[in-house]
Amino acid sequence: METMEQEPRIGVYICHCGINIAATVDVEKVTQVAADLPGVVVSRDYAYMCSDPGQALIKQDIREHGLNRVVVASCSPRMHEPTFRAAAQQEGVNPYQVEMANIREQCSWVHKDEQEATDKAEALVASAVAKARRLQALQEREVDVTPAVVVIGGGIAGMTAALDVADTGMPAYLVEKEDHLGGRVADLNRTFPTLESAPDLAESLVARVEEHPNITVLLNSQVSSVDGYVGNFEVAVRGDENQDGGGSADRSIEAGAVIIATGYDVFDPDRKPEFGYSDYPNVITSLEMEERLAEGDLTVEGRQPERVAFIQCVGSRDIQLGNPHCSRVCCMYTAKQSRLVREQLPDAEVTVFFIDVRTFGKGAEEFYDEARSKGVRYRRGNVSEIYRKPGDPERVVLVAEDTLLGEPIDFEADLVVLAVGMEPRDSAGELSQLLKVPRSADGFFLEAHPKLRPVDTAMEGIFLAGCCQGPKDIPDTVSQAKAAASSALIPLVRGSVPVESATAVVNEELCAGCAMCVDVCPYDAPALDSLWGVSRINAVLCKGCGACAVTCPSKAIRLQHFTAEQVLAQVDALVD
Amino acid sequence: MALKTAKMAEQLELFGCIQCGKCTGGCPVARKTTLNIRNLIYHMLVDSEMDTGAHEELWDCTACFTCVERCPKDVQPAELVIALRGDLVEAGRVPETVGTALMSVFRQGNPNSMARQDRELWAEGMEDSLERAKKAAKEGCDTLYFVGCTPSYDQRVQRVARALMRTFENSGLDVGVLGTDESCCGNEVRRMGEIGLFEMLVEEGGETLRSVGARQMVTTSPHCFNTFKNEYGLDEMEILHYTQLIAHLIEEGGLTFDGSVASEDGEEKVVTYHDPCFLGKQNQIFDEPRAILEAIPGVKLVEMDRNRERSLCCEGGGGRMWVEGTNLEERLAFQRVEEAADTGADVLAVACPFCLLTLEDAVKVRGLDEQLQVVDIMELVDLALEDADASPAGDSEEEE
Repeated sequence: METMEQEPRIGVYICHCGINIAATVDVEKVTQVAADLPGVVVSRDYAYMCSDPGQALIKQDIREHGLNRVVVASCSPRMHEPTFRAAAQQEGVNPYQVEMANIREQCSWVHKDEQEATDKAEALVASAVAKARRLQALQEREVDVTPAVVVIGGGIAGMTAALDVADTGMPAYLVEKEDHLGGRVADLNRTFPTLESAPDLAESLVARVEEHPNITVLLNSQVSSVDGYVGNFEVAVRGDENQDGGGSADRSIEAGAVIIATGYDVFDPDRKPEFGYSDYPNVITSLEMEERLAEGDLTVEGRQPERVAFIQCVGSRDIQLGNPHCSRVCCMYTAKQSRLVREQLPDAEVTVFFIDVRTFGKGAEEFYDEARSKGVRYRRGNVSEIYRKPGDPERVVLVAEDTLLGEPIDFEADLVVLAVGMEPRDSAGELSQLLKVPRSADGFFLEAHPKLRPVDTAMEGIFLAGCCQGPKDIPDTVSQAKAAASSALIPLVRGSVPVESATAVVNEELCAGCAMCVDVCPYDAPALDSLWGVSRINAVLCKGCGACAVTCPSKAIRLQHFTAEQVLAQVDALVD
Repeated sequence: MALKTAKMAEQLELFGCIQCGKCTGGCPVARKTTLNIRNLIYHMLVDSEMDTGAHEELWDCTACFTCVERCPKDVQPAELVIALRGDLVEAGRVPETVGTALMSVFRQGNPNSMARQDRELWAEGMEDSLERAKKAAKEGCDTLYFVGCTPSYDQRVQRVARALMRTFENSGLDVGVLGTDESCCGNEVRRMGEIGLFEMLVEEGGETLRSVGARQMVTTSPHCFNTFKNEYGLDEMEILHYTQLIAHLIEEGGLTFDGSVASEDGEEKVVTYHDPCFLGKQNQIFDEPRAILEAIPGVKLVEMDRNRERSLCCEGGGGRMWVEGTNLEERLAFQRVEEAADTGADVLAVACPFCLLTLEDAVKVRGLDEQLQVVDIMELVDLALEDADASPAGDSEEEE
């Protein structure tokens, strides 16, 4: 819907972003130049436009100067476009008549020369003003939602999220690829820092999930496709009927939201061949150590170890391996395991080789203190290699530098535990494509904003819980799962969702019915009306990406809010 | 006259270092000398100047690059050693033997203080082959064989070059050599810190190599292979170490063994293989040498505990062929040949001229020569091929 054309009355607001912009861009000059642009009624600069006083400034100007367009020159619109749109809307300006110029990421942060940066900022502002003059008001629209949530992954994150959803009375579908629920926590021995039984923890959740009337558990099942949009997804699940017992059939589920809780892969220590993991029975992973501790058997080929060594950061913090991240749990589980070894084998010498010890969780530093007070020795140095002790095939030698002594050491051990880290799931790439949810450089799923939207994704209605988003311990996983459930429930409780108004529309007079728009659309929004021989775009499915508009050979498709006229005016302003 | 650290630290991206000690921990010479590369990096980061002349241990580094391979932060510790040596080279403060080797490369195209015109000495007894191969290189050939300095001049290693040449001809390869036009590749020159000379070798040598127009070039030494492959920018030809080419020939059926290296009463030779640093750790060529050995009739391959990525450096690289280092008593080669002997092997096989010389020397010093023979893989190949000809011309007799 387009409102009546009004004479543009534009307010321009140049943000300093503290010194982020103001240190490189002469904001006052940009403000002055903007004041003389056609249609501009008022032009101001301010320290932080996104702050409450900054927004108040805009609102006040709208009232006092009768503004009907707002241009904010600040950061990326990904950050604060919703903020400024909301502020303008409160004063009766259509949110689609707010335009942003990115003079931070695309200007002050990437240029050093003040003159050049200022010139560029002026051009970007002029370009935004040129577009603002041609902006049209668009109607915001709402659609009804399906009150159900699909949770992918039946580990501790997925179970927690499904339970929170189900406890509101809404149906939750829990899709698990294995033949049982519980995930990795079920394979652990005890938790840190409280030394509770991990399997008991998982079991208590499994029992609640299985008993819950609102949860449908789909075992041996994987999501094979996801169509639709926030509020109305259609999730296809591929079952495996050949499985004994818990086999399940293919099915399609309608849901308003999806929560990804697919967890992590464990680092394969054979990718660090210097540790000889496959060569020596005395070199084991921390997960194998969990099993041994649970069984109370620490013997290596029948012998009780006298010297036990732990190596931290195996497969983590390693750029060469493509795992730059810290796995966040290894320091603590090593403190736990080393302490339990001290308890089980009081005569054994237990040494932890570390680079840095990171104990940020609640009670974590205290637990680390306790491990040391129980006689666990901490030596600083990243073990470089392990080989068999010459003349004593039952022992291995850890080759390292004790960096605090500044001396290379050959450290003998009977049992070596590699503190293997977490990696993104092997299948994360496939799921990422399926759900159109991007991943960060480390391969884990990418949250919409690292601070403000930690469980949201770039795809509205799809949320993240647990280690699929990045390594975390059980408390953080559960917190995030509860947050994801709560966020997923927002549109469901509301009953409807706003949909993008900046969609593509077809001028049927011009449309030749060639269907090229149907081919290029990633969201299946256009469809050919076979009776009339023209394309029609489902505005609910359209994300406003513009692929159809640029493809259409008859120029019959117009992308609202990014019309040819608007974009060309922007370009003209830039090259002037 | 101390080195200003800031610029070098920035150029080498030392600021990524987290001082974890993986480099020094795995450094084979750190255990026997005062070389501590982690500590040197730390000084580069926290001090404004460094007196490089006070660090005699810089010449202990063998450029095995274990530190580079393992650094979790992708800092390249060995490159700091090279840069610091460079500072010493610039100031003319290098050990005399290093200076001699560098001067010899500059004047004669080899670090061995031998005359350029004697570079074809390796081909003694196979002059016809040499002439054919030189002609092929001039007229354009498919495979260029880069012999290398040590195989050209060192009498022990010359046998490896001859074995290679014979095998190439037997396999019907269209192979060429440069003869006296061949010059030092500069791999060790760069690692001794003489960057200017290295750049000159790359420029002049690269031009000579390109002018042949060969599809592939094969080297005797992993050291030449390394620099040609990774530092010369020779994109127009495939660079191979001979183990890759021979393994490929065997796999494709272009090389079949009619003979055997077993003793006359049919007893297999127990062979263990030592991975050269420049072939294994630095270029991940672990399987091809083993594939060749396993294909040779009469070879029973056994592994040392420290193999592949954990192979112990023989201490012959990074210019160490021309400088003794600070601890003459404890040589890594001694340790290595004892590890080899512990496997019960009769033969310690290598695929590198420097490894061949250092390990053979160590076997003699340790009195293991009755028990353990050090040979290049090519010598075993040659033996298993030559046996079939029933005309052991040349080398096997010469070895007596």
